[in-house]
Amino acid sequence: MASMQSLDIKNRSATSLPSPSVRSHTELAKLIDVSKCIGCKACQVACMEWNDLRGPVGENTGVYDNPQDLNEHTWTLMRFSEVEPDDFSFEWLIRKDGCMHCDDPGCLKACPAPGAIVQYANGIVDFISEKCIGCGYCIAGCPFDIPRLSRADNRAYKCTLCSDRVAVGLEPACVTTCPTGCITFGTKEDMKQQAVLRIADLNSRGYDNAGLYDPPGVGGTHVMYVLQHADRPGLYHGLPEDPRISPMVGFWQGITKPLAIGALALLAMASFLHFIKHGPNVAEEDDDAPSRDKTRDRKEESSHVE
Amino acid sequence: MSNKDDIRRYKDGERLHHWIVAVTFILLAMSGLALFHPSLYWLTNLFGGGQWTRILHPFIGLVMFVSVMVLMVRFWRHNLVNRDDLRWIRYLPDALHKREGRLPPVGRYNAGQKIIYWSTVIGMFLLLFSGLIMWQPYFAPVFPIGLVRFAILVHAFSAILLMMVIILHIYAAIWVKGSLQAMVKGTVSRTWAKKHHPLWYREVTQEERK
Repeated sequence: MASMQSLDIKNRSATSLPSPSVRSHTELAKLIDVSKCIGCKACQVACMEWNDLRGPVGENTGVYDNPQDLNEHTWTLMRFSEVEPDDFSFEWLIRKDGCMHCDDPGCLKACPAPGAIVQYANGIVDFISEKCIGCGYCIAGCPFDIPRLSRADNRAYKCTLCSDRVAVGLEPACVTTCPTGCITFGTKEDMKQQAVLRIADLNSRGYDNAGLYDPPGVGGTHVMYVLQHADRPGLYHGLPEDPRISPMVGFWQGITKPLAIGALALLAMASFLHFIKHGPNVAEEDDDAPSRDKTRDRKEESSHVE
Repeated sequence: MSNKDDIRRYKDGERLHHWIVAVTFILLAMSGLALFHPSLYWLTNLFGGGQWTRILHPFIGLVMFVSVMVLMVRFWRHNLVNRDDLRWIRYLPDALHKREGRLPPVGRYNAGQKIIYWSTVIGMFLLLFSGLIMWQPYFAPVFPIGLVRFAILVHAFSAILLMMVIILHIYAAIWVKGSLQAMVKGTVSRTWAKKHHPLWYREVTQEERK
């Protein structure tokens, strides 16, 4: 899908100049209240239906997770974790996994193809598949291990937060379909306020550590979780505690680029300057006689050195 | 410029391999830089677009690696480092000021050339291994993401260092007149050999006398 003209672009991969940005957009966010999720997978189905995604039939490996992992046909996936958060307690935690739409997206930072990944002014991070070159750098850049490369067309895919629906004033398909009100969508401010109410409710039910997952290490996200155990996000199928863009990716995409190009240019320039200062090094026929003298000089000098 | 008296420096096969390496290097540098720096992304047009650049780069890389390995086998004996090489490095300013007379005696290759040889060989191994680890869609999926990130970084750094080394190599060939002929025709003039590689020249002339 081409870029949505009705949505202004805040960030564009491999691009140094600003994109069109006269329209004002408020930041949007999806809030997933894990405590309300019943694991029905309606969101997974709605995502497949809206986006016309039909993966091959998978295999039952004895757990509820189906398919086993995100893939190019599965942009959102219910992750089921059976955990014992405290002694003598057992919980079945179900997290809707998918792109978190980071405010500082590692995928966009790593992408080498101009405009293949964009971040709209409303916060949605979108892959513009026709510009994708299939290098997989977004996979290396993502702190949440979300993008998946299709073997059929060598392009990376992930949740679009239904940017096509949002652009025309609809909410994402998963939000519309969720039967328990676990997934809500609105401005980021509103979602944060709603989270406060939900956390207060959870606190009153004995979940003292309930909280909002909006990790500051990636500038906050536009998909947020309300977690019963916000102090231990790892319980939720390994949700990272403090996700941030890997220093290796930051280093590679940050200082390395200008430094490397500068070093190459400097060296080429230095070579040129050397040439115009000293001229070509020509071996001439009449070098013969003086070179014998030079050999003697050298012997004297080397004995001097030693 | 050449005459019958010239000395043979490179056989046909050696020159062929050198130029395979040279052409693949240029293609790799252009396609690699295109995917490294956004300002150079336009270079992907030379390869048929971004997807084609991404597809071709690693395969060209394999060709270069194999050719460099052939060159390595052909020339390693001449590139063993000796004591005179260490002294030569200290006399580098003299070399740059064309005061060859002051330099320690140079054999078939001087210390600068040996540095270029060994950094190319080491660079190619680093580029091969890091390149394989990050190669989509064939190999990257089997490696942990942390390792892929590290490989990408290693690949970028070793590529830039190799490019710097090759810039020096190309400049040296432009600057020292008569060098290019060695890789084009395979021969060098006697005065060139005497001036730049006196020990090698002595070896060659002794062979001739036999």
